[in-house]
Amino acid sequence: MTATSIPFIRTPDGLRLEDLMAKRTRRSLVSSLMTVLMGLSVVAVMVPLGAVLFTVVSKGASVLSTDFLTKDIPVVTRQAGPGMGPAIVGTLLITLVAALMAMPVGILGAVYLTEYSAGGRFGKVVRFMATVMTGVPSVVMGLFVYITYTLRFKQNAFGGSLALAFLMLPIIIRSTEEMLKLVPSNLREASAALGSRKSRTILTVVLPAALPGVVSGCLLAVARAAGETAPILFVVGATNTVNTSMFNGVNTALSAQIFTNAQQPFVGAQQRAWGAALTLLTLAFAITLIARVITARFALKR
Amino acid sequence: MNANPDFRTPDFGARGGHADSLFRYATIAAGAIVLLVLGAIAITTTKRSWPAFDSMGLDFFTSDRWAPNDKFFGAKSFIYGSLVASTIAVVLAVPVSLGIALFTTQVVPARWRRPIIYLVDLLAVVPSVVFGLWGILVFAKHVDGFYGFLHTVLGPIPVVGDLFGEGSGRGFMTAGIILAIMITPIITSLAREVIDTCPQADREGAYALGATRWEMIRGAVLPHSKGGLVGAVMLGLGRAMGETIAVALVIGSTANISANLFASGDALPARIANEWGEAEGTWRAALIGLAVTLFAVTILVNLAATAVVNHSLAKSQGTR
Repeated sequence: MTATSIPFIRTPDGLRLEDLMAKRTRRSLVSSLMTVLMGLSVVAVMVPLGAVLFTVVSKGASVLSTDFLTKDIPVVTRQAGPGMGPAIVGTLLITLVAALMAMPVGILGAVYLTEYSAGGRFGKVVRFMATVMTGVPSVVMGLFVYITYTLRFKQNAFGGSLALAFLMLPIIIRSTEEMLKLVPSNLREASAALGSRKSRTILTVVLPAALPGVVSGCLLAVARAAGETAPILFVVGATNTVNTSMFNGVNTALSAQIFTNAQQPFVGAQQRAWGAALTLLTLAFAITLIARVITARFALKR
Repeated sequence: MNANPDFRTPDFGARGGHADSLFRYATIAAGAIVLLVLGAIAITTTKRSWPAFDSMGLDFFTSDRWAPNDKFFGAKSFIYGSLVASTIAVVLAVPVSLGIALFTTQVVPARWRRPIIYLVDLLAVVPSVVFGLWGILVFAKHVDGFYGFLHTVLGPIPVVGDLFGEGSGRGFMTAGIILAIMITPIITSLAREVIDTCPQADREGAYALGATRWEMIRGAVLPHSKGGLVGAVMLGLGRAMGETIAVALVIGSTANISANLFASGDALPARIANEWGEAEGTWRAALIGLAVTLFAVTILVNLAATAVVNHSLAKSQGTR
């Protein structure tokens, strides 16, 4: 950065001191104004956040009850009253299985990027495409799983898990890679000096050192995936009763129930949507909070 | 740690035997899955949508007539809707995101930084469908009157007035506003990362020359991070275009090309989500065709954005 590109340095000759003072006041006024605007942009984002949280909590809390959390979804949509049991079971089941599939693959992929490829061309391509993959719309991922899986194996919970796993994978790879980079290289060297094989060093030294950060990153990916809706609509289907089978028959999830009930004109259905929204939001926030606590307490710091 | 650390674990040749190379291949396979999935998405969706592309030809992109009963599928109005809604989102979200990024990195003391960032990041945790629910049942109903007010005030102005016609709470503008809320945390966090790479010496240099805070930002911080900020905005645009469920609930679900920002319309992903359940045959192929279009556009935007961000981060770290 050269000084000449900063326009305010060039003051015309023959400028009087009073003019300079006036200019200085005007400049600091502009600066203060911009600072205020920056502060206001924080406010601008807090308003919708507050509004959404307030509405979901106030409308959802009046619906939430043990019955709501455990009972089946009414077959007649216009009927008021609980519950959302099947959707809660579905969300937990689908997301958990998705995480169990995406985490090992994502962590291994990140291990490849940090420990093996280091500057290699293939690693660069993988890293680049993983970033690009985080931008694949969930609706496209849903249709992809529909075409490759659901057409053959029918709608079931596992299809949803596949779609969510594909959505989580690039996020897990990228966050795990960041965490592995923070592991000091002298740990690796010390382990190697003791005669460990490379795979043993990675599994018993590098990964354990980075574990809290890795888990935290994975949890954030899980929290995001738990709210995905489009893939559920395409590949999981919908049901009103609890289905604990991954492969047998259609299932449902909180996100899909919110979507369908939000479009109903009936107050009963809309209330169930608010209840489901509060449940889903609580779940997502709880997972995020756990991730934050792990990061703050245990993870390696930059 | 040195500037360009080599993270590789030291490797002492084949002494480890099979287990070691097996592990190595497993990690390569895991990395390759990313490429495989992206490739498979492109191939399988294009193949499945072919009947629609085949029967419609270029009309698929140039016609705005979407008539499943006549097996006629023109996607133009959905492409238009996607572009309008995501443009509104970017126009609204960029100044706010940039403001927050500058506020947290240049203005507030360090101990205030984390709480503000946590709050902004909370927005990213709220699921899209919850924004949609809020949008359709609360926001759309309350904003209706405000749109009417804007219409009476700005409507009579020639040319510009066309943008502010009559409308309802469900349309391009509402979709754009909801999208803006959703992409703000993404743009903000990337912008913060880019702005953080501005060397302390540049900032102190500007102050030493007598710059006020805003002049320092304009003269030192922004020029330094320009490239990365452009990339951050493009990533936000990509997210906005791919966002499905919230838009499906609030955009109004009408095939419509109109300059009026308050009018109802529809977007590519929203149309897929809303019609998938009832569609079959060529109709399904056409919906998958919409997904292919969306995939192509978002991938291109993301490729470009990622390249721009990587380039700018590499440059700023190299010249430090």
